[in-house]
Amino acid sequence: MDEAIIDKLLIIAGVLGGLLLVAPGLIWLERRLLALWQDRYGPNRAGPFGVLIVLADTIKLFFKEDWIPPFADKFVFVLAPGIVVVTVLMSFIVVPFAPGVIVSDLNIGMLFFLANSSLGAYSIILGGWASNNKYSLLGSMRGAAQMISYEVFMGLAMMGVVLLSGSFSMHTVVEAQKDMWFVIPQFLGFVIFFIAGIAETHRLPFDIPEAESELIAGFHSEYSGMKFGIFFVGEYLGIILISAVTVALYFGGWLGPDFLPPLVWFSLKTLGFICFFILLRASLPRPRYDQLMEYGWKILLPLSLLNLVVTAGVVLVNKGI
Amino acid sequence: MLSIVRSLWLVFLHMFHKRETVQYPEQKNKLTTRWRGRIVLTRDPDMGERCVGCYLCAAACPVDCISLQATEDENGRRYPEFFRINFSRCIFCGYCEEACPTYAIQLIPDFEMAEYNRQNLVYEKTELLIDGPGKYPGYNYYKVAGLAIGGKGKGEAENELPPIDVKSLIP
Repeated sequence: MDEAIIDKLLIIAGVLGGLLLVAPGLIWLERRLLALWQDRYGPNRAGPFGVLIVLADTIKLFFKEDWIPPFADKFVFVLAPGIVVVTVLMSFIVVPFAPGVIVSDLNIGMLFFLANSSLGAYSIILGGWASNNKYSLLGSMRGAAQMISYEVFMGLAMMGVVLLSGSFSMHTVVEAQKDMWFVIPQFLGFVIFFIAGIAETHRLPFDIPEAESELIAGFHSEYSGMKFGIFFVGEYLGIILISAVTVALYFGGWLGPDFLPPLVWFSLKTLGFICFFILLRASLPRPRYDQLMEYGWKILLPLSLLNLVVTAGVVLVNKGI
Repeated sequence: MLSIVRSLWLVFLHMFHKRETVQYPEQKNKLTTRWRGRIVLTRDPDMGERCVGCYLCAAACPVDCISLQATEDENGRRYPEFFRINFSRCIFCGYCEEACPTYAIQLIPDFEMAEYNRQNLVYEKTELLIDGPGKYPGYNYYKVAGLAIGGKGKGEAENELPPIDVKSLIP
């Protein structure tokens, strides 16, 4: 076989395996970090520092009754959890982990990422719809509205980076940050992108589709066993994805001092953002649904448009002179 | 907006705070001496059973978890033939301890009595009776009661005057 193909296959296997190993590990990390910030210990019994809790959780999920409610739309019900994992994993195709370590350096990488994260909304909508449960439906409707509206600002915020680097390819974007990370000229863009990213992964404080205190877990309240587990893994994959894309777009991706290899730099920065995600969960309360929409359309949309216009103007002036 | 950043920072600072968790099996909370836990039957300093089988504890028990049968020995001294506490019903209210006139039944600071088998939670007298006076050392009911029993006549108890001759007018 061609050496290039083997290389690609190795990268695909590495990315897939790495992600599917890290995603459950995040469950442990999240529980430990939440505990740390709440002056507790968290899981610390099974294995060193309680890492084996992940294994215990998985075994537990496998042995739980995988129940499909008789009133559910069975085919869609089974399909829905898969969609979130598939779309998130598809998005990772365009994430540059290190020079050369990228599954496919598409020239429309960012559009591909946006498209896939929009498709992820289907998982919530279909899951809530197929459950045939009013709370699930409410959750999925909220989720749909939230993800579609925050998608807008996410795209607009990313356009600032596109203007500065002149490319939709994430690889090129990272290369363009050799002199200065884009977080400095695009700070507003970064903040908007990150907020939209939290909403996109429907993580706390924007976990409105789930909202266990009002919607009893929202769109996945009818799910049990491994189907619920897959929703869970999808959510953690989403966290990794948003963190990785934030790092690639605004924090110089794999760039860093030479004493560590590029892949390690990328992983460290991503880990930092994952921890920040968990810190957000530990500290912020959930906004009301209408507050979330208002915040998005009345504040973030004008801000992101302003950011886009100013960036475009600056780029234009620099080019003209 | 600033308040959000502030609360993020304050939560972050909790990283350096002391953790509140008590790592239970290795590290145990100190229980106070009056802590109401496992129920025991105690003995007086002369190693006789304190319980006189008066049924007051069984009557006071709000969940009816105590059952006993009183009997007498050759000296006329009452004691329980059997004494049974069903700890799967017991709510550890301590009313039995309050009702007991002889300090026989006592609740002690111990709660580690979980069992795999429900039947094992029914404690018989062999499990309940301890070889000591519990919280009241030195107290012996029969030594302070005015009852003539087992070689102790009327007026021979502690802090007791000799019996008055009720048929005489002389003080």
